[in-house]
Amino acid sequence: MDTILKMKNIRKEFPGVVALDKVNLELKKGEVLALLGENGAGKSTLMKILSGTYHPDKGEIFLKGNRVDIKDAIHAKELGIGMIHQELSLSPNLSVAENIFALEEPTKFGIINDKKMIEETKKLLDNLGVDLDPTDIVSDLSISQQQMVEIAKALSTTPDILIMDEPTSALSNRETDKLFEIIDKLLKEDISIIYISHRMEELFKITDHVTVLRDGVYIDTVKTEEVTVDELIKMMVGRSMDNIYPDKDFKYVTDEKLLEVKNYNKKNFYRDINFFVRPGEIVGLYGLMGAGRTEIAQGIFGILQKDSGEMFINNEKVNINSPSKALENKIAFVTEDRKREGLILSTDVKENIIMANIDKILNKFKFIDYKEEINTANKHVENLRIKTPHIYQTVNNLSGGNQQKIVLSKWFEIEPKILILDEPTRGIDVGSKYEIYELMIELARSGVGIILISSELPEILNISDRLLVVNNNTIVEELNPKETTQEEIMGIITKGVKNQNES
Amino acid sequence: MNLKKITGNQLFKTYGGTTIALVILIVLFSFTSPYFLNTSNLLNILLQVSIIAILALGMTFVLMIGEIDLSVASTLALSGVVLGVMLNNGFNPFLAILVTILAGILAGLFNGIIGAYFGIPTFIVTVATMQLFRGIGYAITDAKPISITNDFILYIGNGKIFNIIPVPVVILIVLAIIAHIVMAKTKYGRQLKMIGGNKVAAKYVGVKINKLQVSVFAIAAITAAISGILMASRLYSAQPNTAQAYELDAIASAVLGGTSLTGGYGTIFGTFIGALIIGVINNGMNLIGLEYFYQQIVKGLIIIIAVYIDVRNKRKSLEK
Repeated sequence: MDTILKMKNIRKEFPGVVALDKVNLELKKGEVLALLGENGAGKSTLMKILSGTYHPDKGEIFLKGNRVDIKDAIHAKELGIGMIHQELSLSPNLSVAENIFALEEPTKFGIINDKKMIEETKKLLDNLGVDLDPTDIVSDLSISQQQMVEIAKALSTTPDILIMDEPTSALSNRETDKLFEIIDKLLKEDISIIYISHRMEELFKITDHVTVLRDGVYIDTVKTEEVTVDELIKMMVGRSMDNIYPDKDFKYVTDEKLLEVKNYNKKNFYRDINFFVRPGEIVGLYGLMGAGRTEIAQGIFGILQKDSGEMFINNEKVNINSPSKALENKIAFVTEDRKREGLILSTDVKENIIMANIDKILNKFKFIDYKEEINTANKHVENLRIKTPHIYQTVNNLSGGNQQKIVLSKWFEIEPKILILDEPTRGIDVGSKYEIYELMIELARSGVGIILISSELPEILNISDRLLVVNNNTIVEELNPKETTQEEIMGIITKGVKNQNES
Repeated sequence: MNLKKITGNQLFKTYGGTTIALVILIVLFSFTSPYFLNTSNLLNILLQVSIIAILALGMTFVLMIGEIDLSVASTLALSGVVLGVMLNNGFNPFLAILVTILAGILAGLFNGIIGAYFGIPTFIVTVATMQLFRGIGYAITDAKPISITNDFILYIGNGKIFNIIPVPVVILIVLAIIAHIVMAKTKYGRQLKMIGGNKVAAKYVGVKINKLQVSVFAIAAITAAISGILMASRLYSAQPNTAQAYELDAIASAVLGGTSLTGGYGTIFGTFIGALIIGVINNGMNLIGLEYFYQQIVKGLIIIIAVYIDVRNKRKSLEK
């Protein structure tokens, strides 16, 4: 196979940090190359160099054998490099067609030729096998549909190289399979793909080679079929990890009910929710995207207030109709979208950590005691091994895993009795994932009841004591994770979907 | 990096740009006019800027949560009218002051409640109440000034403590200290910062966003009412048409001082410096004898340059 892209000895420095040093990358024509590394390993920086956002301090880039100097994002596009960003970059208020042709709309005498734009979009979408109307407004689409639009947009400039940064992090299994079909199609058209993902099983399904980075340094490039998961993890984290999941070597502490929800209902969001959590128990809530998992959690937390139903904590009836009530009752909620709902990105580490429990750092005159704030922040940074130069760092500059640890610290501050975690490991590298599982287990050991929402089945099967399957806005089945299989769970969900369609 | 160095850097990032701008302006004007650096002139600058600065203190609270209040100058004028009417009807000056401030709070609550609970953007709400409050002032007075003769009220605007320091300057400094403590050292101030930084995240940790939104508009209105009392005193009359466009100077002061218009960032000290910059520009150009319309041109340009420097500094610090 011909080499289409070669990056040699790339170095990039930011004030105070060497983000990349002596990094090499070689991409062959018509292959999928995985770029693997923990968060903060430099994958995104390297791809931003390739797509023209950053300029390398040292090193050379060869495209089809010719040395190129990529000036900016537009230049990268002209050179045939397309990128699908991890965070969707569509304008939610515009239509599918308008997004795909943003800034490159076909024009007639300077006026946008809507008809042509819609036709071209239709062609692109058909080619991808995606059933979408070009005039649909993006904010009305599901995340996975938006992802497809993002892909169509990247393909509209007919690139030779397509960079996909965590394209499946927001997709369900079915949608992921669909994406893989599309990738196959692209390969047949001789497009080469650089694929970034933390999901190991995906790499083995679709990639030909894996390039591993660690702490901004190039480790190695290997053939995917000649390597094992363990070997890859070892290359990534620099030590071998016996397990992806830590052992939970105990069952719940007592048999009484810590939290009990009875007949919770909210029209259009959740219905007939009945379940309980014991102290020290991890209850998994599994369902497809849009099944209503998050809504149930928001109901418990008082964000999506119930229309009817009862809740008991330690057998005492409570009425939680606002987040502040939830906090009073020591319920913590690590939300799905940490950037939108969990963090104040423009503020530093210490202020984010203390957010939920400012009372703790008030002195007897009710003034903020900065020393106490600093001590609290340092304690969490140390305990959770948050990688930040100091607690005055703006959280925007930290990696996903470290940001998630800050969100966890924030909630640990209120000493929760009930902890709801919604997709706590999404977009997080293996090392940090393991640490987060360990933290969950540690909390459970101390008697905290945990509700774990996840769309990663292996995760939920390994970590939870009990598994509740959510479908169509309600809990449809309770399973023992030790005795069930992925097939059984998917069977329950597809059966539910079928029944719903028939009725 | 050690702690001291970090907080030093932080301080410089926070106040550096605007403070340097202030120093440059002071040095510049001290060369162009020999009277500029006189103690009496410096106190004069503080006096001239006191009303704008007090408005700006309140405005900082509103901007902090990412909202805006364009009605403060109208509230100021209306407050003056309330004061004038009370005094004319023979009320005790202390009671008159109290009622004036309560009237201001009422105006602020109106802004805040409409914005928070009716879901109308505060920009629109306060564009409307800017007209509304101003109109009420005209209606009460028949658009005529009410002269003020009460000695105590006149002392507030025109008196000097120890025969040197103008009373409005003392009021400004006391209010600024209180505002600084509330903003930087209390849970309330921290919660405002959280709302401005990320409303959703603040909501998830139990911050009562609507209530706090109402409260900042009340604070802005209190500062407007106090400014209204000072203004009426200094003019020896309550004038319903006074302080036109002062809200823009108040916003400019806060923004010059590094407060973000989108919320989540701002300091009272910065706002104070921002107001001083505006005062120094006005005063310095008056001493040079620059004509008013040229002053406006220069002021506009200086605001753009100073804010640009500040924005650039912050962007740099965000990019690692």
